[in-house]
Amino acid sequence: MSSRCKSAALLLAAALALTANAQPKELRVCSDPNNLPFSNQKEQGFENRIAQLVARDLGMKVSYYWFAQRRGFARNTLNANKCDVIMGVPSSYGMASVTRPYYRSGYVFVTRRDRRLNVTSLDDPRLHTLKIGVQMIGNDYANSPPAHALANRGIVRNVSGYLVYGDYRNDSPPRRIVDAVAKGEVDISAVWGPTAGYFVKQSRVPLVATPFTPQIDLPFLPFVFDIAMATRRGDPLREKLDAIIEKRQREIDAILRQYGVPRFDGGLS
Amino acid sequence: MPAFTTGANEDGQWLSVQKDYANTRFSGLTEINLTNIDQLKAVTTFSTGVTAGHEATPLVVGDSMYLVTPFPNVLYAIDLKQPGGGTKWVYRPNPDPASQGVACCDVVNRGAAYANGKVIINTLDDHTVAVDAETGQELWNTKLGDINRGETITMAPFVVKDKVLVGNSGGEMGVRGWISALDVNTGKLLWRAYSTGPDSDVLIGPQFKPFYKMDQGKDLGVHTWPPEAWKTGGGTVWGWVSYDPETNLIFYGTGNPGPWNADQRPGDNKWSCTLFARDADTGQARWAYQIGPHDIYDYDAINESTLLDLTLDGVKRKVLVRAERDGYVYVIDRTNGQVLSAKPFGYVNSTAGVDLKTGQLIPVESKKTQVGKVVRDICPAAPGTKDWQPTAFSPRTGLLYITHQNLCMDFEGVEANYIAGTPFVGANVKMYAGPGGHRGEVTAWDPAAGRAVWKIRERFPVWSGALATAGDLVFYGTMDGWAKAIDAHTGAEKWKFKCGSGIIAPPMTYRGPDGKQYVAFLAGVGGWAGAIVSGDLDPRDGSAALGMVNAMADLKQATTKGGMLYVFSL
Repeated sequence: MSSRCKSAALLLAAALALTANAQPKELRVCSDPNNLPFSNQKEQGFENRIAQLVARDLGMKVSYYWFAQRRGFARNTLNANKCDVIMGVPSSYGMASVTRPYYRSGYVFVTRRDRRLNVTSLDDPRLHTLKIGVQMIGNDYANSPPAHALANRGIVRNVSGYLVYGDYRNDSPPRRIVDAVAKGEVDISAVWGPTAGYFVKQSRVPLVATPFTPQIDLPFLPFVFDIAMATRRGDPLREKLDAIIEKRQREIDAILRQYGVPRFDGGLS
Repeated sequence: MPAFTTGANEDGQWLSVQKDYANTRFSGLTEINLTNIDQLKAVTTFSTGVTAGHEATPLVVGDSMYLVTPFPNVLYAIDLKQPGGGTKWVYRPNPDPASQGVACCDVVNRGAAYANGKVIINTLDDHTVAVDAETGQELWNTKLGDINRGETITMAPFVVKDKVLVGNSGGEMGVRGWISALDVNTGKLLWRAYSTGPDSDVLIGPQFKPFYKMDQGKDLGVHTWPPEAWKTGGGTVWGWVSYDPETNLIFYGTGNPGPWNADQRPGDNKWSCTLFARDADTGQARWAYQIGPHDIYDYDAINESTLLDLTLDGVKRKVLVRAERDGYVYVIDRTNGQVLSAKPFGYVNSTAGVDLKTGQLIPVESKKTQVGKVVRDICPAAPGTKDWQPTAFSPRTGLLYITHQNLCMDFEGVEANYIAGTPFVGANVKMYAGPGGHRGEVTAWDPAAGRAVWKIRERFPVWSGALATAGDLVFYGTMDGWAKAIDAHTGAEKWKFKCGSGIIAPPMTYRGPDGKQYVAFLAGVGGWAGAIVSGDLDPRDGSAALGMVNAMADLKQATTKGGMLYVFSL
């Protein structure tokens, strides 16, 4: 059977299944139970809010399959058919089928307002002496793009790593890298935009999130990413989500703005 | 447990995964031998009900067999007196399901230990538990780590006299490695030696006398890292421990440094990828040898040290022999840590040998990896020429039987990925068969002469480890499910049996209550190499399982998952 033939047959089977069982009533979302600003079990994250918005348009109710977003997340959730959509992945994500992106954000520097550092470039010479925090990933040969970029510039000894997993017993474990700036553990942190924006907004010590240049280190080290939703390969849900994103982009923008997500695509931040 | 098993002192039991303190995996039983091996037949089977990778050798104590599964770490006691082997009791530790998301490379467990009427296991969620061997009642249960900080435990506990030795896993998760000693009777923590940090934490004191200059100095576990990086530096302890009763020393190796990439952690990164000799009672280090300073290839040094007395150049030496992940068989004087020889047992181009004067592993500039740089044909690949799967040594042939991989890897620039809400960038690693096109080998190695005597090629990596017997047979299993016996002298295949799933657990042998010899294989493919089957990974996604899937894409056609014990006899 050719692949086109096969997918037509699958679609037909899906359609028949739908007529037999009526429309599924639940939008099953694969979600991390403790990862603000993205999601948590109390549904306080912006991905929880966007899931509500999407489900409403689909005429469904949101249900969650909670799973810490670690190695094997897509395999154990979406691709194990425990849930049908991951609300945020980079649009280059290879483990699933991705929708059109609904926001673009980037890594930013977080500093204390009272320090007036105003570092706006990865090539600022002060980065050789300031104490810098970076998000650390922990897979072999992998890391957050600013961590790679600083190492490529020979900036190593003054860099501290904060694992993105954090200590999972604590609330919102990724926030520690932002708290470290407020507490003066480090002078400056390079943090993924949504995490930075949200915790900067919440901080009692006034902090600022500053975009930096470049947006990409050559040959290929991007600091800016398009974020989309993900469905299983071949799931017709993806096209419905595309249509909803197109229709509801303004409402999505408003939610992201409430959470302080820095936007790199002209969306208001 | 005997220090070293010979034909003479064989009691027909199998009390630890390693068989003896020396880690020989040699049995003195001779009923099954070269003359009758063709009559070996399956006599019973037992399903574990678990489908993850099964890496645990069963134990046999008296009339009982003990078998621990991968997560959820169910411990079965099987009554060998009953026809077909009835279940005597089942102990379920119910580990935290969240621990599955923390484990790096399948949710494996490498086996149980036995001492003083207790069966002792480790759970993936960081507990060490002792269970009454007769009744299955829990006697003590000690929590040693925290999955919320990325720690898991996968190694088999190792009992030395009145102490249980256990180490942690999770080097990729920002964990600080350690080995701990617990009181075998109460589970109380007696000492803990960290693999990184100040000497006081590493249990380095006045008795510490490393052989090489590169390992001498104060607080090297701090000074060989960028500031603070040692706190999350890895060096986990997830492999094998051996013990020399004569000197009262334990020997074990530590895992790779992490979680930073190599260019973000300049320095030797001590004491990752290091072989330690410690006083078994106090944990104090006597010597250490960093096998892989500043490791950049993920060559953990956790493989077993086999303790042997060898005659080298006419002189009798107390040595330990290690078939290392970096591709060399190290012969090391176990009294002082001096490397006597280091010869390749597979194809190696990532390093250019070991300088015996300085102890230094010699790097190869053109094979140095850096994220963003394309580097092709790095041999061995990250799992090394041999991973954790243990060797066997026969005192009758004087040969070390090494079951291992023949894999190389490419670093193909970078790919973007996503975790915990955060986009990141990593090297796109792809592994594939090394020279010859086969992915596995069995090498019979003469440690005194420092050379391979013969080799067997296998289609898949040989991830099972080996068993040697006084019947002059060597047993091992393949990832596509063949249990095999070969002639210990020549390597000629003498017997094989196709199991329902691939084999990645080291086989064992025992004398049953009826006086007959049995051989047991635990099938159940998985682990790093077999994750494509046990984790049902997509064969099109070559970089999955850290690039291993590219090398194992055809394993799904060759076998299916599921834990099953097979017992054979004449």
